[in-house]
Amino acid sequence: MSLGIVMLVHTALHRAEQVIRHWSAAGCPVVIHVDRNVDRATYDRFVESVADLPDVQFSKRHRCEWGTWGIVAASQSASEQLLRNFPDVRHAYLASGSCMPLRPIQELKDYLADRPRTDFIESATTADVPWTVGGLDFERFTLRFPFSFRKQRFLFDRYVEFQRRFKLYRKLPEGIVPHMGSQWWCLTRQTLSAILEDPDRPIYDRYFRRVWIPDESYFQTLVRLYSQNVESRSLTLSKFDYQGKPHIFYDDHLQLLRRSDCFVARKIWPNADLLYDTFLKSANPMKGSEPNPGKIDRIFSKAVERRTRGRAGLFMQSRLPREGHENGFTSAPYSVFEGFTELFEDFEPWLARVTNARVHGHLFSPERVEFESRQKTFAGALCDNPKLRDHNARMFLTNLIWNTRGERQCFQFGPTDSQFISWDIAKDPNAQISVITGAWSIPLFLSNRNFSEIRAEAAELQRIESEHLSALRSYWSKARIRIWTLADFVESPMEAMQSVFDDMGAKNLRTITEAPKMVDLTGFAQFLQNLKNQGMHPYLMGDFPSGPTPRQPRRPQRKPYLVR
Amino acid sequence: MRARRKSRQLREVRNRTDRIRPGDILLFSTLRNEDIRLPYFLKYYRDLGVDHFIMVDNDSTDGGREYLAEQADVSLWTTKGSYRRARFGVDWLNYLQRKYAHGHWTLVVDPDEFFVFPFCDTRPIRALTDWLEASEIRSFSAMLLDMYPKGRIDAVPYQRGQNPLEIASWFDAGNYSISKNHLYYNLWIQGGPRARMFFTKEPWRAPALNKTPLVKWDRRYAYVSSTHMLLPRGLNLVYDEWGGEKASGVLLHTKFLDTFTEKAHEELERGQHYANSHEYKAYAEGLAEHPDLWCKWSENYINWRQLEILGLMSKGNWA
Repeated sequence: MSLGIVMLVHTALHRAEQVIRHWSAAGCPVVIHVDRNVDRATYDRFVESVADLPDVQFSKRHRCEWGTWGIVAASQSASEQLLRNFPDVRHAYLASGSCMPLRPIQELKDYLADRPRTDFIESATTADVPWTVGGLDFERFTLRFPFSFRKQRFLFDRYVEFQRRFKLYRKLPEGIVPHMGSQWWCLTRQTLSAILEDPDRPIYDRYFRRVWIPDESYFQTLVRLYSQNVESRSLTLSKFDYQGKPHIFYDDHLQLLRRSDCFVARKIWPNADLLYDTFLKSANPMKGSEPNPGKIDRIFSKAVERRTRGRAGLFMQSRLPREGHENGFTSAPYSVFEGFTELFEDFEPWLARVTNARVHGHLFSPERVEFESRQKTFAGALCDNPKLRDHNARMFLTNLIWNTRGERQCFQFGPTDSQFISWDIAKDPNAQISVITGAWSIPLFLSNRNFSEIRAEAAELQRIESEHLSALRSYWSKARIRIWTLADFVESPMEAMQSVFDDMGAKNLRTITEAPKMVDLTGFAQFLQNLKNQGMHPYLMGDFPSGPTPRQPRRPQRKPYLVR
Repeated sequence: MRARRKSRQLREVRNRTDRIRPGDILLFSTLRNEDIRLPYFLKYYRDLGVDHFIMVDNDSTDGGREYLAEQADVSLWTTKGSYRRARFGVDWLNYLQRKYAHGHWTLVVDPDEFFVFPFCDTRPIRALTDWLEASEIRSFSAMLLDMYPKGRIDAVPYQRGQNPLEIASWFDAGNYSISKNHLYYNLWIQGGPRARMFFTKEPWRAPALNKTPLVKWDRRYAYVSSTHMLLPRGLNLVYDEWGGEKASGVLLHTKFLDTFTEKAHEELERGQHYANSHEYKAYAEGLAEHPDLWCKWSENYINWRQLEILGLMSKGNWA
């Protein structure tokens, strides 16, 4: 009889009874504290139900509410009773009604027998722990908390504010350094009795009575005064989510719990029949000697991360981040090409060949969504209807990138397209935007339309593009952006292309051996001059030498272009 | 108030609400001529762990009323009143919820909607409501996900008692658009096959897919428009605005079976649906031209984990 259990119970009494029987069957005395909030009749029935068990006692009842002194008072009374009435107990284990032993209790006894002087209690100084609720870390020791966090939230908050405003800080009792940690401990008789029989205990009790969540700090702090050997971890597997509530175990966690090698787990869902049947009704010897909850830790910390950070680039029914809080507007990098299809005749198929990316046309064209090979629908059943797309163009883009995770998307964009996403792509760090300014004039140059029409359209497109450029060049833009004027680009197209591909990532780092075919620009300078003569000022193309002798358009070099 | 007035239209058929125990999970539903769907519907929700069904029958003529009246866990009301003037059944249900659902977790679904939530294959609905309660969450959202068969929707006839997902097992995975209603704080989700097929000319008219069907009911609460919007408005805040994900589920909407074509014509004649049955008009036209909602990018439904990975629902911090 080396191990005694102090059990705090407040709900699911039928499950608590099962667990008590389990402890008791292994020869552990149990002292039970039942929350005062449980009504008399229920309490009597509960006492009745375990009356046949030897060495099971009930302690004085206190009213327990989360975050208040009651829980500490309950642990104190029950521990005192345990130490007093069961002199053989060497280790006292604090457990709750929803805790469940996972390994045979004999293994736990052996484990403790091998470490007779060790106190297992998680205890860390407040400065070093990140788990705090409500933004109160050190203040939980320096302010007073007479109001309930759950039921009197308003008063709680106002009183905290009041104390901060008037700097009403409390002094810590002499000699203690605040420590915090999991509420569930396993202490040796020596340490526990030292805490409980300390002549200064009234001072500490008075102090901790007004500390916030004392059940996570009372024993954790005082143990540092007396213990010879603190092992700062809890033998109870208990994970907390970001609100400070314990994660709950269900039937589908069975395999995880089995492999965790932990002695005790909490909190178990009261209706998890399979877990109770498995762990309480049959022996489950585990292989490892030390608890190893690594996998469970990972699952729960992932869950917390999902709740607090979410999946980047996902907008859905329960995640609609405000602007600036997206943790990434899109889920993956993508490339936007502006002016390339205008300058090169077969740019899309060529790009698809040299990069292995998914190359779309003008996704935001007003006529239709130009998906790759002009399919009518695309990943995620996106539709090629332009009205549907423009109904929410931002989400069209985020959906497209989300739906094609794992495959790089490239698309064309330009001033002829609907401009809803102009700012969004500029601000998105995942966007890689390459712009040849003024390239929109090439289709006009090649078209067979009346010049006055062309002039009007050119003016309009130039206005739209310069607006877009000002977004790209603004203070807020975070995309990787390269901008060339048409004239600069035509000077050395392959050099420019290579730099774009280098940006697209290592996978595509392949020197371009084959060049796309550039449209014939003979007479283009004259075309620009004509626009100028009509009173329009085409400036986005850069300086094409004007005059009667237009420059010979460069034929793309067919020789391999070496960069490395 | 409005609900009380409309409640006079309700006539009790079988009232078994005295069997409701504290803490029971209740399901509310209105229906009209859905007899063929009822056996599977009841089975599905009984298996999830719903304790009691409170149903309003809107003048069915196919024997569904009689079938429901025989079920031991169903309380049934009937009405000949106008579905549209009772704001699509919301008034009737608000009245009954106010009367019987106070303090209970309630699920409000139609007979063609199947609620899917994280871990629903291994945990009953009570695990979810217990967790929500512990996390102090009062309402839980589940977006409507339109399911459809491959091929013409009338190609495979639905059999009574059959799982409709055996026929309508396809859905659109990622073409939804979301905007926020700043008055009621609820989201406005549109998209899916209906928007893609029937509302390309007027996308803003496409039906709303956001729903909040699971609520810890209080007699002061009320649904405003179907289960899309709730009052008080705080109940509509089922989404996180700071980058995180709250837990959410999905309502698999199995409307598009062979029973649908008939229904679309019938509803059109009755003119009892939203916005002058604009939706049904669009369907009747759309289905005449293209009876196939399937496209090569449609996804075949497997389980909730698939929906989670696709980003249609989330586990949030439930693990």
